[in-house]
Amino acid sequence: MNAVLAILNGFRLTLRHFFKRPITVLYPERRREFSSRFRGLHTLARDEQGLEKCVGCGLCAKVCPSFAIEVVAAENTESDRHNNTERYAARYVIDIGRCIFCGYCVEACPTEAISMTPRYEMADYRRDSLFYTKSRMLPDAGAPGTCGRKEEGAAAQEGRPR
Amino acid sequence: MFELVLIALVKSAVVLVALLLMVAYLTLMERVVIARIQVRIGPNRVGPFGLLQPIADGIKLLLKEDLIPSQADKYLYVLAPALSFGAAFATFAVIPFGDTVVLWGRRIPLGIADVNVGLLYVFAISSLGVYGIVFGAWASNSKYPLLGGLRSAAQMLSYELCLVFSVVGVLMLSESTSLSDVVAGQSGVWYVCLQPVGFLVFLMASFAEVNRLPFDLPEAENELVGGFHTEYSSMKFAMFFLGEYGSMITTSAMITTLYLGGWRGPFFPPVVWFLIKVVAFLFFFIWVRGTLPRFRYDQLMKFGWKVLLPVSMANILVTGLVLACVG
Repeated sequence: MNAVLAILNGFRLTLRHFFKRPITVLYPERRREFSSRFRGLHTLARDEQGLEKCVGCGLCAKVCPSFAIEVVAAENTESDRHNNTERYAARYVIDIGRCIFCGYCVEACPTEAISMTPRYEMADYRRDSLFYTKSRMLPDAGAPGTCGRKEEGAAAQEGRPR
Repeated sequence: MFELVLIALVKSAVVLVALLLMVAYLTLMERVVIARIQVRIGPNRVGPFGLLQPIADGIKLLLKEDLIPSQADKYLYVLAPALSFGAAFATFAVIPFGDTVVLWGRRIPLGIADVNVGLLYVFAISSLGVYGIVFGAWASNSKYPLLGGLRSAAQMLSYELCLVFSVVGVLMLSESTSLSDVVAGQSGVWYVCLQPVGFLVFLMASFAEVNRLPFDLPEAENELVGGFHTEYSSMKFAMFFLGEYGSMITTSAMITTLYLGGWRGPFFPPVVWFLIKVVAFLFFFIWVRGTLPRFRYDQLMKFGWKVLLPVSMANILVTGLVLACVG
């Protein structure tokens, strides 16, 4: 008798669910709002004077558990000045295909140059376009989503890390 | 004579096409209803409200590679899906789905044939469906299909018994095995009111008969990969599923005919009533799938032999006693 009641109760429950509003978010048309702390694609910051915050110390590359970051530092010169410190990152590449979005690079950064955005649509048709270079991650790199395709050639040119 | 054959042919063609369409949209209905039960939306991309989804699925299945395993028994392997498909659809031949209509001055009964042994025909043909599954399982020459086939043979045989016994009650009331007589006998009261126990037994046994959850052990995917259709691909695989969904429809039609007064009902034309009842049962089939988990094999056997069979026999006894006392 108990079993029969339990089964009938199950039917009641499923029927109630049947008349509920589906919770599905129709993805490409509608998107979920993510927390501002969501760990998505990285971005490199500039300071108030518009200079790069990154000083090319390479701590992010050191701390990265999946070896996804490559930093090659160079000296700032009078003619080619990227920030007010001695050095800057001449080459800064994150292989998004390897990145596990742990956020250690953000924690390690002494100048708060690298941070993470809520952007999560990074799938691509080509492995080359998964290398995110400095030009694609600086705030003036253009709207996210378009930069990937626009600078595909440039990204390939700058090459894969390691 | 010629005219009779022609009418029968046209009716068969119309029913077959209608059934195939129903099967196609039953798959969509199942996916949508299950989705809604799980608070999802279900397929909605192909065509408006996903209405072209079954067609897309059909095209996909047709274009898949058609494999025959090298160790398979080729003739049986090819025969099996056809058998399972054919048995499911042939059952519909004796089910009356409407009153007689007058077309071009001739009275045409809606229903392909009105056989005076209609019920026996239904059970004979639907039992053939087991062969489709067992042949397919055996011919695949592979262990999972074999296990699935064995299960299905045992399951269908034991539940077929309950199915037939529960119908005996209806036979005693209608005093005829012709399905149109059964419908005619329900012009006053539907047999579901006179035979509630028989109705419940028939309903549960038919779930086992068409391999639906909670009795879908022949294709229990988490134990048997795919059960009897593990080795099948492309259209042969689809044929098994056409057969399964087809027998869902014929079973719903049978329940409607036997217990719910067939095409009888007020206001709407008979065919509409018949469809309403059948679709309601199809919804119930899907609803059950969305609610109940699969039985374990020993539970299934115990339930069949120790609960359903005695109950259906008691039902015959009580029906007989009451009929003897009343009239």
